[in-house]
Amino acid sequence: MSTEAHGDSHFLQHHYDTPAQQFNAAKLGMWLFLAQELLFFGGLFVAYGVFRSWYPQAWVVGSHLLDYRMGALNTAVLLLSSFTAVMAVRSAQTGNQKATGNFLLATIALAGVFMVVKYFEYAHKFEVGFLPGSHFAPHGVGLAEIVEAARESGVNGVPYHLRTFFGLYFVMTGVHGLHVLIGMFVMGWMWNRNRKGEFSTRYSTPVEMTALYWHLVDIIWIFLFPLLYLID
Amino acid sequence: MTVEAEAEAAIPADPHHIPEGADYITHEHGLKSWLTTVDHKRIGVMYLISILLAFFAGGVFALILRTELLTPGKTIMEADTYNEMFTLHGAIMVFLFIIPSIPAALGNFFLPIMIGAKDVAFPKLNLASLYIYWIGAIFTLIAIVAGHIDTGWTFYTPYSMRGDNSAVWMTIGVFILGFSSILTGLNFIATVHKMRSPGMHWRRLPLFIWGIYATAVIQVLATPVLAITLLLLATEKIVGIGIFDPALGGDPVLFQHFFWFYSHPAVYIMILPGMAIVSEVIACFSRRKVFGYMFIAMSSVALALLGFLVWGHHMFVSGQSEYATMVFSALTFLVAIPSGVKIFNWLATLYQGSISLESPMLYSLAFIALFTIGGLTGLFLGTLSTDIHLHDTYFVVAHFHYVMVGGTVFGFLSGLHYWWPKITGRLYDERWARVAFVLVFIGFNVTFFSQFILGSRGMPRRYYSYLDQFQPLHMTSSGGAYIIGVGFVVMAIMFAKSLKSGAKAGRNPWGSAGYEWPHPHNFAEQPVFTRGPYDYHLATERELFTGTDEEWDAHMAKKGEA
Ligand SMILES: [Cu+2]
Repeated sequence: MSTEAHGDSHFLQHHYDTPAQQFNAAKLGMWLFLAQELLFFGGLFVAYGVFRSWYPQAWVVGSHLLDYRMGALNTAVLLLSSFTAVMAVRSAQTGNQKATGNFLLATIALAGVFMVVKYFEYAHKFEVGFLPGSHFAPHGVGLAEIVEAARESGVNGVPYHLRTFFGLYFVMTGVHGLHVLIGMFVMGWMWNRNRKGEFSTRYSTPVEMTALYWHLVDIIWIFLFPLLYLID
Repeated sequence: MTVEAEAEAAIPADPHHIPEGADYITHEHGLKSWLTTVDHKRIGVMYLISILLAFFAGGVFALILRTELLTPGKTIMEADTYNEMFTLHGAIMVFLFIIPSIPAALGNFFLPIMIGAKDVAFPKLNLASLYIYWIGAIFTLIAIVAGHIDTGWTFYTPYSMRGDNSAVWMTIGVFILGFSSILTGLNFIATVHKMRSPGMHWRRLPLFIWGIYATAVIQVLATPVLAITLLLLATEKIVGIGIFDPALGGDPVLFQHFFWFYSHPAVYIMILPGMAIVSEVIACFSRRKVFGYMFIAMSSVALALLGFLVWGHHMFVSGQSEYATMVFSALTFLVAIPSGVKIFNWLATLYQGSISLESPMLYSLAFIALFTIGGLTGLFLGTLSTDIHLHDTYFVVAHFHYVMVGGTVFGFLSGLHYWWPKITGRLYDERWARVAFVLVFIGFNVTFFSQFILGSRGMPRRYYSYLDQFQPLHMTSSGGAYIIGVGFVVMAIMFAKSLKSGAKAGRNPWGSAGYEWPHPHNFAEQPVFTRGPYDYHLATERELFTGTDEEWDAHMAKKGEA
């Protein structure tokens, strides 16, 4: 390994020969991480599919009980945040430090909006007793909502497995929400590293990897939204 | 500052730089230098110590179990305690010992060296994986100390839904251990793909690396499914979401599908690294190029992929659909093909080799014999009609111990003996190593062959008590377990003596053509590989020289005189 290969590449770690090798390794590592994330969520999607096929009535009523306007709003917010994440990467690659920081902040802010909307959704469900599994106890407005949802979807009575629907709803959106929070944290970290001037046209790998992760969080929501809110 | 000087100053200090006369163990001192190291060799050694402690704990539980089973009814403990003991034995052995054993300990140490890299692709992540392993182990300990966990290592619902919350602690512990395994696998795949030195093309990759690579693929793709399963299990237990517990409208068989979707591939996480070591050792102690190199390499990959398609064979009597059982049974038989490919290629490598029977080779040859028995008895369990009879009997226990102990543990021991001089720089007493081998080998067969007979006569597994007619075989089995115990004590003393006062090892005490031997640590400079790892006819005399550096100098001086 020669001195010239390093040059001013202070970002190059000791065990790599070239920046390209370091970048390729990071990218492969990140894709492998995303692959394991897909399998992790895959388990949830399989559980969803199994229970949906067993208890279609509960699933129909359940999807009517979720507020698709809130879901749609959050979908738009996340799509926009993926755009700002891409712009952060682009700014980092072109060495525009200020824009990189701003786009990262914008992405964090949009993620925050997503979580606030989620909070209002959760708060309503807690209020009316749409709780997972053994805690499922709809009352007041909740009961009226169920009657309405059942009427809309042509189902008689309250399907017993509505509790399982909400169980899976909370686990799936909860695990996804946790990923959003982790993403916000990592982007805050990236923002700080960017502020300290660690990225340049030659080195923006961490921002790129963070954006890859963020797209995955986005894509999982793109599947969660129709599966939980829309189809019946 | 001139441009050159600036560039010079910008080069990061190489944390692996080892000054002349020191080695990776002695060049830095103190606990802190170990706990903050990013050196794959030190991380490998810390894993090795951790898994050996876990193996010791699991082994003690095994001896306690076998002691209880000396007589029907109570021997030394109550039935509840017994249930906890077999759960702890299983969970510790599987999650804390076997799964991380070869990849995380020996793999970490040798993977970068064998491909001519300075380290794994992500050294900090590597250290993080070790810490995650320790955190998972702590949660497991909490479950042991605080609780009463008696579900068996499989945590089947609805039973695991009853009782106190210690199952949750254990579940969280295993969940965390899973992430350690995923991150190690991810790191190794990236390392194999991106860190190989020039000349290390895929057809030259040592078979140990092929095995570790195939294992890593399973670790990355199967373990997250276990993670989500355990997360759902813990949520079910704490909140009651109604997915696995029939009392809440859930389905326990769904849990079994989820669990085995990971845990069958996990069997290959356990066995592929063992096979990988055997491939190295057989070549070295036959002094031959491995026969059918590509077949052995590809059969590892084939096993990794097939392993994902057969999980249903654990559930033939669970009430899953009959068509599913037939398909799973047929797919299970396919596993025999790549396994057989390996066995025959190893035997062909031995054929006309110049074989020497030192301790690593003895363990590898034992692996071939024991794994063959373990594998063939698997076919009895994969066959629907015989499985109905044998399901949940000692036959199953004997079968997977032949694969996991006769296979993985013997492979691990083979590798530990083989690479001991490289890791510690010292030789061990070969005579005592052979005594330990004979004890462990005989003890193992006495313990578990009697369990095949017990199982085929109908002795159910996990039972605290049994009919009088089973007592002779149970006593035989327990006797065998004590012999294994003595064997491991002998081995431990032998290794301890080697550490304390063993003779200094040469660079290549076995005279292997493998890449990991001829250099003191990692390669000093980035190597360019011009021959395969089993090309004995192309290796230089220096590379194959078995003595120390001083002996080599003396050897050369003598040559010069003559
Ligand atoms: Cu299996």
